[in-house]
Amino acid sequence: MTRELSYAEAIREALRQAMRQDERVFLLGEDIGVYGGAFGVTDGLLEEFGPERVRDTPISEAAITGCAIGAALVGMRPVLEIQFMDFITLCMEQLVLQAAKIRYMFGGGAQVPLVVRTPAGAGTGAAAQHSESLEGWFVHVPGLKVVAPSTPADAKGLLLASIRDPNPVIFVEHKLLYRTRGPVPEEPYELPVGQAEVKRGGRDVTVVATSAMVPKALQAAERLTEEGISVEVIDPRTLRPLDTETILTSVRKTGRVVVVYEAVRTLGIGAEIAARIAESDAFYHLQAPIVRLGGAECPIPYNRRLERAAVPQEEDIVEAVRQVMRA
Amino acid sequence: MRTLVLPTERLVEMLRTMWRIRAFEEKAEELYSLGKVHGTMHLSIGQEAVATGVCAALRPDDYILSTHRGHGHCIAKGGDVRRMMAEFLGKETGYCRGRGGSMHIADLKTGNLGANGIVGGGLPIATGVGLGIKMRGLDRVCVAFFGDGAANEGAFHESLNLAAIWGLPVVFVCENNQYAMSMPVQRSMRIAQIADRACAYGIPGRTVDGMDVLAVYEAAWEAVERARTGGGPTLLECVTYRYRGHSRSDRQRYRTREEVEAWRTRDPIARLESLLLSQGTLTENDLHQVRAEVRAEIEEAVRFAEESPEPDPAQLLEDVYA
Repeated sequence: MTRELSYAEAIREALRQAMRQDERVFLLGEDIGVYGGAFGVTDGLLEEFGPERVRDTPISEAAITGCAIGAALVGMRPVLEIQFMDFITLCMEQLVLQAAKIRYMFGGGAQVPLVVRTPAGAGTGAAAQHSESLEGWFVHVPGLKVVAPSTPADAKGLLLASIRDPNPVIFVEHKLLYRTRGPVPEEPYELPVGQAEVKRGGRDVTVVATSAMVPKALQAAERLTEEGISVEVIDPRTLRPLDTETILTSVRKTGRVVVVYEAVRTLGIGAEIAARIAESDAFYHLQAPIVRLGGAECPIPYNRRLERAAVPQEEDIVEAVRQVMRA
Repeated sequence: MRTLVLPTERLVEMLRTMWRIRAFEEKAEELYSLGKVHGTMHLSIGQEAVATGVCAALRPDDYILSTHRGHGHCIAKGGDVRRMMAEFLGKETGYCRGRGGSMHIADLKTGNLGANGIVGGGLPIATGVGLGIKMRGLDRVCVAFFGDGAANEGAFHESLNLAAIWGLPVVFVCENNQYAMSMPVQRSMRIAQIADRACAYGIPGRTVDGMDVLAVYEAAWEAVERARTGGGPTLLECVTYRYRGHSRSDRQRYRTREEVEAWRTRDPIARLESLLLSQGTLTENDLHQVRAEVRAEIEEAVRFAEESPEPDPAQLLEDVYA
């Protein structure tokens, strides 16, 4: 049965179902127990599963990340919450030098089935140290997978798949999406990690958008129909591995591309997407230069107007689509 | 404190293990000098009593996390010197199929969850191994080896605290070999004993002579039993010395030849040998035989490694993901 859930509720349901199905699955993180997590995602799980499996930790990001790695090495399935993606900078050594490399470095003998859930993104007035979108850093690291769902249904299916995945997965949640609602099947299900989805079909322009940029791209597409422009919106859903083929198929059809992502524009995931289009046969189908919309080249500011200006908005997407249509 | 009475064959086994470590590393050094080694290596010659004494207190199903100076830990936990030597030479038959080298040797079968190129990098992981053991209801123990340098990393403090508050079955073994690369321990901290830091986490701390394999064994046994029976973590500091430089690039400008010679007079292997001789447990002839057997094992390991195939670049991308 399918019913409406918020993105946060869908994630909670995935955690609950994974923990019911597999006793090796447990949660650890700062304030995830009684407090329910900084964004309330783990609310109520302590009551059902107890403090051993919904494990509050001290504020020791490096140690709790290593703790999750060690537990994974000896057969557990830890799901670690890092309270804000900004704080993942304190986990970098353990994630990048340990979790990502253990399997390869040890010649394939070990595996690290670990999920790191973390809320990213601007829009909450939390300023420069609580608003980062750092997913690109992890996309750069072979051995990690990076998942960034944009809808409640995707969040549930991809989280269940990530927990079952034998590799370390960085699961990027967007703060602004937590309250968005959508249909979610009640039973447990998995969506394949590494598969993009066409969120809206269209003929004229391909908009590749990630995470919280997906709903903005869909709203922009709706507005653009009034101008007679048919926009196809693609959500990669997984950033590593990246489903290039779905993107290229769309570009071969439309010949026009706008790539939208919230992270700082330089070297963000959109740079990689643009490069893959440019070096493929889809290049010959392009009728306009690729346009990339990304975050401004500055820290996320506090003031509401400044903050809004620092990340792509619906009107920016509309304007970018008009631009590629004019070319 | 109780004194452990060990059967003779355990003492001889400890001697054999220490010799195996030393012979492996002396051979590694020789191969390096002959230009047969692609990368670097960190030798633990002089520190053999720590790895040997600690691992002698462990069961085969217990875990260790090792360091960049990890040959001794791997051997003492029961590792196969043939696969170690093959890894050292970068061969497909090595523990890591030639992907890891000296600094990343892991042997999951003997519970060695890996050497580590990052100072202090194994400490957080050890807490997780301890947590996994506890959550799975096993009676195993995890030992985290680290050096005096790692004791100044944030990961050390976070990990000891985490293990302490959760009562995890982890023994933190600090191999204080006096230098973090070139930095003397006296200049990098203002306390006399690293074990004193245990009180900051509310756990037992103890400093032992790391040149005395029996002292190490006795202290490790106590800490391991405490961990195994639910008593939580211990910080065990073993005061030791590395006879060789930090790595092959080390010109050793930070210490004197006299200092090195002074430590050599406390050699852990010579010490156990004199004990066994004075007890009449072994004769000079027996000692000679142990050394000869160990050297033959190492020669066989070199032969195995040299005859083993190189990895195939076509398999470069294998095992990045499970």
